[in-house]
Amino acid sequence: MNVSTTLSLAGSALVRNTLRSLLTTLGVVIGVGAVVIMHAMGQGATELVTGEIQNLGSNMLVIIPGGDSRAAFGSALLSAPLFRHADLEAIRRECDAVRYVSASNSLMVRAVAGEKNRLTTLFGTTPEHYATRDFHAALGRLLNEEDERQAAKVCLIGETVRRELFGAGNPLGAELRLSHLTCKVVGALVSKGVSTFGTDQDDLVFMPSTTFARRLLGDDRLGMIMISAVSEARTDEAREQVTSLLRQRRRIRQGDDDNFAVRDLREVQALLGKVTGVLTSLLAGVAAISLVVGGIGIMNIMLVSVTERTREIGLRLAVGARPRDILQQFLIESVLLSSVGGLIGLVFGISGAYLVSRGMHIPYSVSPEACTVAFSFAVLVGVLFGVVPARKASKLHPIAALRYE
Amino acid sequence: MTSASEEVAAGGAPLLRFHEVSKIYGEGEARVHALRDVSFEVHKGEFVVIMGSSGSGKSTAMNVLGCLDVPSSGQYLIEGVAANELSANVLAKLRNIRFGFVFQGFNLLPRTSALDNAQLPLIYAGMRASERAIRAKKALAEVGLAGREGSMPNQLSGGQQQRVAIARALVNSPEVLLADEPTGNLDTKTSHEIMHLLTDLNHTLGLTIVMVTHEPDVAKYGSRLITFRDGRIESDRQQVPL
Ligand SMILES: Nc1ncnc2c1ncn2[C@@H]1O[C@H](COP(=O)(O)OP(=O)(O)OP(=O)(O)O)[C@@H](O)[C@H]1O
Ligand SMILES: [Mg+2]
Repeated sequence: MNVSTTLSLAGSALVRNTLRSLLTTLGVVIGVGAVVIMHAMGQGATELVTGEIQNLGSNMLVIIPGGDSRAAFGSALLSAPLFRHADLEAIRRECDAVRYVSASNSLMVRAVAGEKNRLTTLFGTTPEHYATRDFHAALGRLLNEEDERQAAKVCLIGETVRRELFGAGNPLGAELRLSHLTCKVVGALVSKGVSTFGTDQDDLVFMPSTTFARRLLGDDRLGMIMISAVSEARTDEAREQVTSLLRQRRRIRQGDDDNFAVRDLREVQALLGKVTGVLTSLLAGVAAISLVVGGIGIMNIMLVSVTERTREIGLRLAVGARPRDILQQFLIESVLLSSVGGLIGLVFGISGAYLVSRGMHIPYSVSPEACTVAFSFAVLVGVLFGVVPARKASKLHPIAALRYE
Repeated sequence: MTSASEEVAAGGAPLLRFHEVSKIYGEGEARVHALRDVSFEVHKGEFVVIMGSSGSGKSTAMNVLGCLDVPSSGQYLIEGVAANELSANVLAKLRNIRFGFVFQGFNLLPRTSALDNAQLPLIYAGMRASERAIRAKKALAEVGLAGREGSMPNQLSGGQQQRVAIARALVNSPEVLLADEPTGNLDTKTSHEIMHLLTDLNHTLGLTIVMVTHEPDVAKYGSRLITFRDGRIESDRQQVPL
C-alpha cells in the first residue's frame, strides 16, 4: 500500500469524525501553541533588554540614594540624604575611571503649550545625560554646558510631547509652560519607542539640572546620578572609586552601611535573564505536560477507533492487508491527528505571540526554529502514542475481527 | 500416504487439500466440533459446490480454505505447502492475489462507496488509484452494478450489496474464488446471471471455484458436490454441470 493511499485513507477516517478529531487534538494544540508563545516571549524580552543595554552602554552605573535592599527598603530610601550638585563636581574631578557624570531629577508636571496640555515627566539633567542615555536631537539642539551654567529657561521635548502639543507644527522657539516656569523649546528628540517595562520613552521633557533645581524646586538636590565608566573593563574600578568618594563626602564611618547604592546594568540584565529563564522553564513544563496529555488523548481516541473499526480491520486483513499495512494505517492516522493539532497550535501560537508582543510592548519574534521544534514534537507525540493502538490493530485475527460485534 | 513436499517435488500436489482437519470452538461444556477430521482435495479448474444443513461446518471450512482461520488439528495444504508454516505476510499475499472471498454476511465497509469497496483488495496489491478505479468499475459492471459505483452500502439493496461483495472478490482476478452463499440474497433471475458469470470465468480463465449454497438450483452449476453433515463430509461426488 503506498503512502498517498494510506494518507487519504487516514484523512477520510478523521474527516468522518471531524469534531471528535478536533477535540482530540486540543492537547497538542495547546502544547504547541504554548511552546511558540513562550519562546517568542522569552526571545522578545531578551532582545529588548539586550537592545536597551546596548542603548545605555554596558559600562554605565546608576547611583541612587538609600541603602541596599538589606536594610528596610522604604525607610532607608526616605531617610537617606539626596545628592547635591557638588557631588557631581567631586566625582568628575576625582574619579579617573569615570568618563561621564550626569544627574537626573524628575517630576510629573503638566506641560502647557497654547491651548493644548499634557501630563508628562520633566527631567532636570546635566548635558552628559544625553550621551550616556543615547539621546539625539531630531530638531534644533540638545541642551549644553552654557544652558546649565546659566540655569537657562530652555527645554527639550520628546517625540510624544511634540506630537501631542505641536502636531505637525514647528515646536522650535515655542513657549512651553512647565508647572510655574515658562521655557523656550530649543530642540526635539529622536524617538526611542517603548521600554522593557512598557513605558513610553518619548513622553518626557528635559531641562538643565540647574534650572530644575534652582528655578523649579528652589533646591539643588539630585535624586539620581548616572556615571559611565571609561571602559567596560573599568566599570568595577569606577564603582569602587565612586563608592569610597561618596562614603567620604557623606561621612559614613568605617563599618557602617552605605546610604546609597551603585547599580550596574549587568545586574539588571542578569536579574531579567533569571526571571525569563524561570518563566521559560515553567512554560516549557506546561507545554510538555499538555503535549503528553494531548498524546494520551490521541492514544485514547485511537484505541476507541481501533475497537470501533475492528470489523473493518478484519475485512482489510481478509482481502490481503498485511499486519504492517494495518499498523501503518493507524499510525499515520494518529500522526495526522497530532500534526493537524500541531498546525492549529502553530497558528494559535504565532497569532498569540503577535498579540502578546503588541500587548506587552516587546518585539515580535517568532523563530522558525521554535516552530519547527514544536511541530516536530507534535509529530513525535503522534508516533509515540499511536504505536500502542496501531500495534493492537495489526495483531487482530481476521475471522475474530470480522465476527466482532 | 505421501508427504506434502514429496508431492510438490512430483509436481502433482492438489491446489487445495484438507488433511484430517478438525475445528473446535469453545471449551468444556460449550465445546463445539465445527469440523471433524475432514479430508478432501480441490484441483485446479474445479467448480466445487458445498451443501449441508445450517451449522454443519460449511463456513468454518471456507474460512480455513481462505486462510482466514486455522484448523484446531489436521493440516491445510496449498499446493502441497502447509498453511500453518506460512508467515503472516505470505498469507496476506495469498488472500490478496490468489483467493477471492465472498462472505456469507457481505462485510462491506460502511459509509464507503461501492467503487471503493470493490477496489479494496487492489489497494493492498499496490496498484495505482487510476488503475484501481478502472478495474473496480469493470468488476462492478460484470455483476450488473454499472452506474451504482458511487452508492453507499446503506443505499443498496441486500442483493446489490451481495453483488458488490462478489465484484470485490473477483476484482484482483484471483485463481480461486471462495464464495459462501453468494446468491443467498438474490432473486432467481439475478442468481442465474451471477452463476453464468462464474461458470464463464471457470471455463474461460480456469478459475477454481468453491461455493457454498443452500439452493439446489444453484448447486447444479458445479462440477462436483460435497455435502456436509455435523462437521463431516457426508458425500462427495462429481456431477455434470448445467
Ligand atoms: N466463532 C465461533 N465460536 C463458537 N462457535 C462457532 C463459531 N463459529 C462457528 N461456530 C459453530 O460451529 C458450527 C459450524 O458453524 P458454521 O458457521 O461453519 O456453519 P454453516 O455450515 O456455515 O451454517 P450456515 O449454513 O447456517 O451458514 C456451528 O454450530 C456454530 O455454532
Ligand atoms: Mg455459513
